[in-house]
Amino acid sequence: MMLSRVANSIYWMARYMERADNVARFIDVNTHLMLDLTLNREATQWFPLVATSGDDQTFSQRYKVADERNVLRFLTFDQKNPNSILHCIYRARENARTVREVLPVDVWEKINELYHLTQAHSRKRSVADLMDYYTQVRRTGHLMTGLMYNTMSRSQGWQFAHLGQMLERADKTARLLDVKYFLLLPQTSLLDTPFDAVQWGAVLKSVHALEMYRQRFHTINYKDVTQFLLFEKFFPRSVAFCLDEAAQTLSRLSQGIERPNKAIIEMAILTKTIAASEATQVIATGLHEFIDVLQYNMNLVDEAIYESFFKD
Amino acid sequence: MTLETYQTNGFYDELFERDGKPHASAKPLVDWIDTLTRPDLKRRQTAAEDALYQSGNTFNVYGDKKGTEKILPFDIIPRVVTAREWDKLERGIAQRITALNLFIQDIYNDQKIIKDGVIPAEMIFSSACYLKPCEGLKPPKGVWTHISGTDFVRDADGEFYVLEDNLRCPSGISYVLENRAVQKLITPQAFHTMKIRPVSNYGDQLYRALKYIAPDGRGDDAIVVVLTPGIYNSAYFEHAYLAQQMGVPLCQNSDLVVDDDKVFMRTTGGLVRVDVIYRRIDDEFIDPDVFRKDSLLGVPGIMRAYMKGNVSLANAPGTGIADDKAIYAYVPKIVKYYLDEDAIAQNVRTFICEDDAERSYVLDNLDKLVVKAVNLSGGYGMLIGPKSTKAEQKEFAEKIKAKPRDYIAQPTLALSRAPTLCGNAIEGRHVDFRPYSLYSDGIFTLPGGLTRVALKKGSLVVNSSQGGGSKDTWVLGEDDHILEGGA
Repeated sequence: MMLSRVANSIYWMARYMERADNVARFIDVNTHLMLDLTLNREATQWFPLVATSGDDQTFSQRYKVADERNVLRFLTFDQKNPNSILHCIYRARENARTVREVLPVDVWEKINELYHLTQAHSRKRSVADLMDYYTQVRRTGHLMTGLMYNTMSRSQGWQFAHLGQMLERADKTARLLDVKYFLLLPQTSLLDTPFDAVQWGAVLKSVHALEMYRQRFHTINYKDVTQFLLFEKFFPRSVAFCLDEAAQTLSRLSQGIERPNKAIIEMAILTKTIAASEATQVIATGLHEFIDVLQYNMNLVDEAIYESFFKD
Repeated sequence: MTLETYQTNGFYDELFERDGKPHASAKPLVDWIDTLTRPDLKRRQTAAEDALYQSGNTFNVYGDKKGTEKILPFDIIPRVVTAREWDKLERGIAQRITALNLFIQDIYNDQKIIKDGVIPAEMIFSSACYLKPCEGLKPPKGVWTHISGTDFVRDADGEFYVLEDNLRCPSGISYVLENRAVQKLITPQAFHTMKIRPVSNYGDQLYRALKYIAPDGRGDDAIVVVLTPGIYNSAYFEHAYLAQQMGVPLCQNSDLVVDDDKVFMRTTGGLVRVDVIYRRIDDEFIDPDVFRKDSLLGVPGIMRAYMKGNVSLANAPGTGIADDKAIYAYVPKIVKYYLDEDAIAQNVRTFICEDDAERSYVLDNLDKLVVKAVNLSGGYGMLIGPKSTKAEQKEFAEKIKAKPRDYIAQPTLALSRAPTLCGNAIEGRHVDFRPYSLYSDGIFTLPGGLTRVALKKGSLVVNSSQGGGSKDTWVLGEDDHILEGGA
């Protein structure tokens, strides 16, 4: 049992940290990808990053050109972008600050350190040479996950953090696949060319999946990538894995709670859908539509969690 | 050789004798510091500040939109209190708190001390800290002042004097614990030089003291929580820190609800009964039904639950009456009255402006005295005579004449100094000392405390809001005490 407010904060702390980590990795991978490609460089390759975060409208209102400089600023330090790394880290730290009595000291200190680092970087005018910073964001994300995994009792605090992290990760993996699929697929002339392999390889890298994917499928093509990122049972960043973890965590959290638990019901619908699907069929009926429904259902789960645990 | 040129300038010094030799008790520490080079000291100072900054024990700089955060400045040269000095302080504090606790109980109940003519009734009832709703209150186990932090200063004679009793949940204990942790990190070698008593078990002691007052019948399952005004309160770090040290929930008012005159917290599993609240919200804000109606920090109905004995509060509301700076002047009489003992801890001579004779003395000597508002702390509402201008003295004279009950005056003390790293040099800076005490089945005073230091040259004001910092405080022990490792 823990205070509802505290449970809510720790859930969001984990979500925001996971979000910051994902954005940093997406940028990092994209920057490296740019070095591999020369095609249509400025115009087409930076905007997808914005689309992945789902904030294309906010971006277009504030910037004219989707060039490297603008996109990096928007995604990294723009205070008006609710999903910029800076904003995520502020929110993660603010949430951590309200619950620091339940966190191991090291976890709090790491997030605090990252916050101060972010502040120092954001004061600089230039967005060049941020690679070290992105590395730092990702490292802190891993450190925090590791510290929590290794030092926290598996009581409610840890469970809510884990739940938040898994749902956020499922959402980001799905979104990344959706955007990349939409952008890459129309270029049918390039399908199964080295260019295509480089692009889909970058997608896999964006979610730390390249090596694990190769062990499973050996060569890179969009169908197998879709199968791996959505349905692979054993890869800890696939949508199926994350949602399964989230479902198990939810059922542990619900033990001994008498009140009707809408979150469990919504979650069951979601995992059932995933279990009954595979890539070929999903691509045939429309990947975008499938992911759309998935995300809609994930939002329902998030709302149901709020109703079941955080609301008074 | 960093202390070779150190000057005491005629002040009582915490580490040195008047002739410039270290106190016998402090010699091992002084010798160790002397082996360091200035750059080494400076490097350690910076490392200490970094560690405190990273730990997040920071407060927001007021009005700064960039979100700049600052730490309470920390000085790496510890202050030493000998076992003998501590023994007397400890006895003095226990005696004082025992008497003040009896005083508060008496004031809100039988008022014998007034009837016996020891304190004039008008001194009590004119105090802004006298809370009428507490009349007839008998807190669990008869304890009102569970947590207190007595402010001491040392005068030129080397004697400790009590300056304030701080009976309303004083803050600062987290600095005591954090400063010790950082000091160990930065100068581990120094801990081998002497027998230092540890402070790290404060969390245990605090938890025991709070559990001790749980309502009858709630037993081992009693739930203790800390109540904070929230994340924007300047002491929020401390509230979270203490909750963490005790492993108990840190609540805001929105987490608590009163039903059937019982207090519950909202948890992921529904409402859970709360038994003891260490509240870090001032009396007047704690319950809008009883005290200030405009309070947004309080819990409506909590006082009713408290009066019925369904929940316990630490400290009890109403203890401020014994904190009033005019009542302070009566503490030696209060000790004598309730305990039939002479006060062990000395008071500073205090002139009560409400008294005609004393007021006229004060008005004639404003350039020599320190004048204080009776119900303000933090170094606010204060006139330091010898450092004031004629205009400031005139302003205070008007204030005193307008509301004499609101002011007291004391002689300006020559506060003791302690060697402090100032830039690249070590210079003497004025300090005070606040040990922290817990009152449950007995009185426990943590062997340590907060040494605040006025970092500005010549300044006598140690408050953090006015350029003060802090030091680790080493209370020395005998062999039969538990000691820090390495001694």
